[in-house]
Amino acid sequence: MGLGLKMKIQEMQMVMQKHHVPVALRMHEQNGSQKRKYTLIQKNRALIPLFLLLWILVMFYFCCNIFNKMDADAKVRRKEGLESQCDQRARMLQDQFSVSVNHVHALAILVSTFHYYRHPSAVDQETFAEYTARTAFERPLLSGVAYAQRVVHSERERFEKQHGWIIKTMEREPSQLRDEYAPVIFAQETLSYLESLDMMSGKEDRENILRARATGKAVLTAPLAFRSHHLGVFTFPVTNLSFLQSHETRKATAGYIGGSFDVESLVENLLGQLAGNQAILVNVYDVTNSSTHLIMYGSQNEKGDMSLVHESNLDFGDPYRNHTMICRYHQKAPTNWMALTTVFLSFVILLLIGYILYGAGIHIVKVEDDYQEMEELKVLAEAADVAKSQFLATVSHEIRTPMNGILGMLGLLLDTELTSTQRDYAQTAQACGKALITLINEVLDRAKIEAGKLELEAVPFDLRSILDDVLSLFSEKSRHKGLELAVFVSDKVPDIVMGDPGRFRQIITNLVGNSVKFTERGHIFVKVHLAESRKPTMNGTCETYQNGETDEVGHISGGCNSKTLSGCEAADERNNWDNFKHLIADEEFLFDGLVKKVASSECYEQVTLMVCVEDTGIGIPFSAQDRIFMPFVQADSSTSRHYGGTGIGLSISKCLVELMGGQINFISRPQVGVHFHLLQTLDVHKIKNDVRADVRSSSSLRSQPCVMKPVELLHEIPLTRLVSAKCNTLKAVVCGDVYSDYSADMFRERIMVFGRGWSFNIWQLDWKKNGHMLKIPQMILLATNISNAEFDRAKAKGFSDTVIMKPLRASMVAACLQQVLGMGKKRQLGKDMPNGSTFLKGLLCGKKMLVVDDNIVNRRVAAGALKKFGADVKCAESGKVALEMLQLPHNFDACFMDIQMPEMDGFEATRRIRMMESKANEQLTNGDEHPHLPILAMTADVIHATYEECLKCGMDGYVSKPFEEENLYQAVAKFF
Amino acid sequence: MLGLGADLLWADMNRLLAFLFHQGVLDEQFLQLQQLQDETSPNFVSEVVNIYFHESEKLLRNLRGLLMEREFSDYKKMGIHLNQLMGSSSSIGAKRVTNVCLAFRAATDHSNRSGCLRALEMLEHEYCYLKNKLHELFQIEQQRALAAGVRYPVQNN
Repeated sequence: MGLGLKMKIQEMQMVMQKHHVPVALRMHEQNGSQKRKYTLIQKNRALIPLFLLLWILVMFYFCCNIFNKMDADAKVRRKEGLESQCDQRARMLQDQFSVSVNHVHALAILVSTFHYYRHPSAVDQETFAEYTARTAFERPLLSGVAYAQRVVHSERERFEKQHGWIIKTMEREPSQLRDEYAPVIFAQETLSYLESLDMMSGKEDRENILRARATGKAVLTAPLAFRSHHLGVFTFPVTNLSFLQSHETRKATAGYIGGSFDVESLVENLLGQLAGNQAILVNVYDVTNSSTHLIMYGSQNEKGDMSLVHESNLDFGDPYRNHTMICRYHQKAPTNWMALTTVFLSFVILLLIGYILYGAGIHIVKVEDDYQEMEELKVLAEAADVAKSQFLATVSHEIRTPMNGILGMLGLLLDTELTSTQRDYAQTAQACGKALITLINEVLDRAKIEAGKLELEAVPFDLRSILDDVLSLFSEKSRHKGLELAVFVSDKVPDIVMGDPGRFRQIITNLVGNSVKFTERGHIFVKVHLAESRKPTMNGTCETYQNGETDEVGHISGGCNSKTLSGCEAADERNNWDNFKHLIADEEFLFDGLVKKVASSECYEQVTLMVCVEDTGIGIPFSAQDRIFMPFVQADSSTSRHYGGTGIGLSISKCLVELMGGQINFISRPQVGVHFHLLQTLDVHKIKNDVRADVRSSSSLRSQPCVMKPVELLHEIPLTRLVSAKCNTLKAVVCGDVYSDYSADMFRERIMVFGRGWSFNIWQLDWKKNGHMLKIPQMILLATNISNAEFDRAKAKGFSDTVIMKPLRASMVAACLQQVLGMGKKRQLGKDMPNGSTFLKGLLCGKKMLVVDDNIVNRRVAAGALKKFGADVKCAESGKVALEMLQLPHNFDACFMDIQMPEMDGFEATRRIRMMESKANEQLTNGDEHPHLPILAMTADVIHATYEECLKCGMDGYVSKPFEEENLYQAVAKFF
Repeated sequence: MLGLGADLLWADMNRLLAFLFHQGVLDEQFLQLQQLQDETSPNFVSEVVNIYFHESEKLLRNLRGLLMEREFSDYKKMGIHLNQLMGSSSSIGAKRVTNVCLAFRAATDHSNRSGCLRALEMLEHEYCYLKNKLHELFQIEQQRALAAGVRYPVQNN
């Protein structure tokens, strides 16, 4: 065997390796595809620094451009400023000059008017000097004016005589002989030194005079070199005629008015009036001779900013002479700090942005790399997990097969003749093997849950029967240990709910199994009720027990005798008898017979069930309470040594509960007990009322209400509840103390139920002393564990068939009560059997069955199956034969009818049978009816439509072919 | 020695059963059938299976006859026969035969003659296989019963 196992494992490893290769391959492929999924950034990761560099360069270039543009703007502005200022100055100078010229013109007219047209002349030197002095403000540009008369040579002597002086040249010498003279006769005081000087003696002046006479307009000299360059003279011809044509000017010219102007001071003056003259350097040139510019104002040496020069033309009204004004800035253009800072700051900002982008890029690359790494690791981990689960599943499965062999062989071995030691060894081995199988199953479950492969069914199931099963499973153990094991299901809990019965059973089994394992004395109490109904009583004390301070509270209340099932203290104080009574009272208020109940339960779509499992075992230490649901964790490592087990059960339970959408929790006090409660929401299965009524095993009891009441019960709390729930027409009275309530009244009751502790004592009392021999109550003895000797003794005392072994199950109690009351004896015989084959056996034992099937094999199998359960089976090979056999009166208890039959199918046959029944019932008018014969269809297809049709033609149910025990039981249980 | 032989036979039987299960020839229903066998009906399984063989052979013969007899076979009748065969096969847990029957019935539903012929051949093959294997099984069981029968008196001494 060992060799076989080894080989299997090797084989398995090979399988695993084979499995591994595809996994690895798949991973590789995934990697490949992931590499293809590189993002843009990741693909170009080498380019990121390059991008940064490029960015910096581009930004630098950009900033330079901006700076240049700003600088150029500033320069343009500067230039424009210069231009406008220069032009402004030039224009002003020009205006002032023309104003002066105009005034001189006016002066010329004055002279011609008062000097020539009047005889004698109205103007003399004094008048002229005074007038010009007083009107000097009108000629701001001119330092002085003088009037020279034209004197031809022939008139020279007369002129000299008239004035009393001789005409002198500029050099102050008597003038030589000339054609024409222009001696100054009037002069402003500033120019008084000019009097008698011949203006025509100077070369330039002469030219000027000639030119003025020719044009008839004012003319300018070049700046006078002999004084300073800044002094200029202009000459204006004075005519003695009012109106002159240009060609007549020369003849008509009588004299000349001249004025000298000091360009420097004048320009200075002018510029002083204007703003910003410090910033601008102004030079005025006479550019008549284009080769040599004569400077009129400003110094040549002052360089100023040579880079920017503006030249404005000055027009002083003399076409012969050209003047320009040249302006430039004193200082060089200042550095453009604002542009510089702006550009610098923006460059810095852009640089930072670039760096941030760079950093982000690098970070993205890093994160994505990490992400990919994680993905790879995740794939690896998942592969490992899958491999683990596969391995676990395979191994568990592979171990199970040989283990079955081992167990089978051990079983065989135990059947052989063994010495007691050998038997002991073999039994131990078998027990260990069973434990191992259980463990493997649990591990397999756990693995399935983890792999998400566990699928939950949603089928209708009877909660009560499942609890009955679980209880019967542990009844042996608990009886052996002397524990009270009881279950209470609230009547509000629907009969049939939807869910996964197997898993539900597993959870309950786990919890109860744990409780049985860890409890040495006291009780285990399973309670199921609707979560809503519990709320009002819970609110008050709920909080206290959830937190860590339960310890103290617990010890205080620990002293008094707890009113719990066994009298032992329980973990959850709320769960005592007082609360329980409240709960029941609440429910009984609503519990007014079947109709109301059906109505009330049908209005629920879903119910939330609270399942509590309470024990008085060793409890869970506080330190371990938070990890009690973790797999393979037990409260204490010593626990497994004391009690065995692996600690996987609770974790599986939790997983299952959560999978079913419920929650599980517990309250525990060390050395006092544990109280597990799980909340589970389940759908209510809706079935038709008539079917439903039959499902309840107690319905037959309920339908005969008149017979038994009241019932006297002693002390057994859950029993009270049970009995009263099951036969709610009975009246249950609880007596705490048997002796105090021991009155004559009691003997009017028909039933007494005793707990084991005092049953014998009571029996010692003499019934006869009351003289009510005929009314001796029926006695039922309740026992947790009872030895054979005691049992014999009880039998002798009269508890013949009426010893009920705890745990109490509804069906058993009901059967027992019926037996005691002497009714339905035959039919209720099988009631106290649990679900499954033994129960079925009891159910069908002695029943007469008819199997109708055309197929001989099927017939044989069905008959065999039914016979196995003790039924008396007759067969019919067609519908016709069956009809003949079922001619009334017959003694069949049930009929299994195949649907597909040649000639007459099951539906037709059933219809005819029903017709026969009703006809017979009509004939029997005395009210004594023929019983309704249950007909069950046998069909291979279990689709719903078929079921509907079955019901329509008068059948009562169906069993799927081929027969299965469970199925058969469910179908049959409704009728027996 | 003889006791050991019985165990060996038991193991053989188990192995054969496991093999048949593994191949899908049989399913759980056969186990159910075996469970029905107890002291009150010690030969229940072989009894049922023999009936099954008897019936099935008749049905197969009929089917072959129906298919061969005429050009236009009576598919409806064949369907009835097949239903019978299928029912009994599933009752004893002959999974593969049941499956072939299903295919056969589908072929008759479509009046697919060639399909029917193929299915019939397959059915006959499966049937023969099942029959051989079950006979083998029963032989082993008989031997085992014999061996056990020999052993018990020895024990009782």
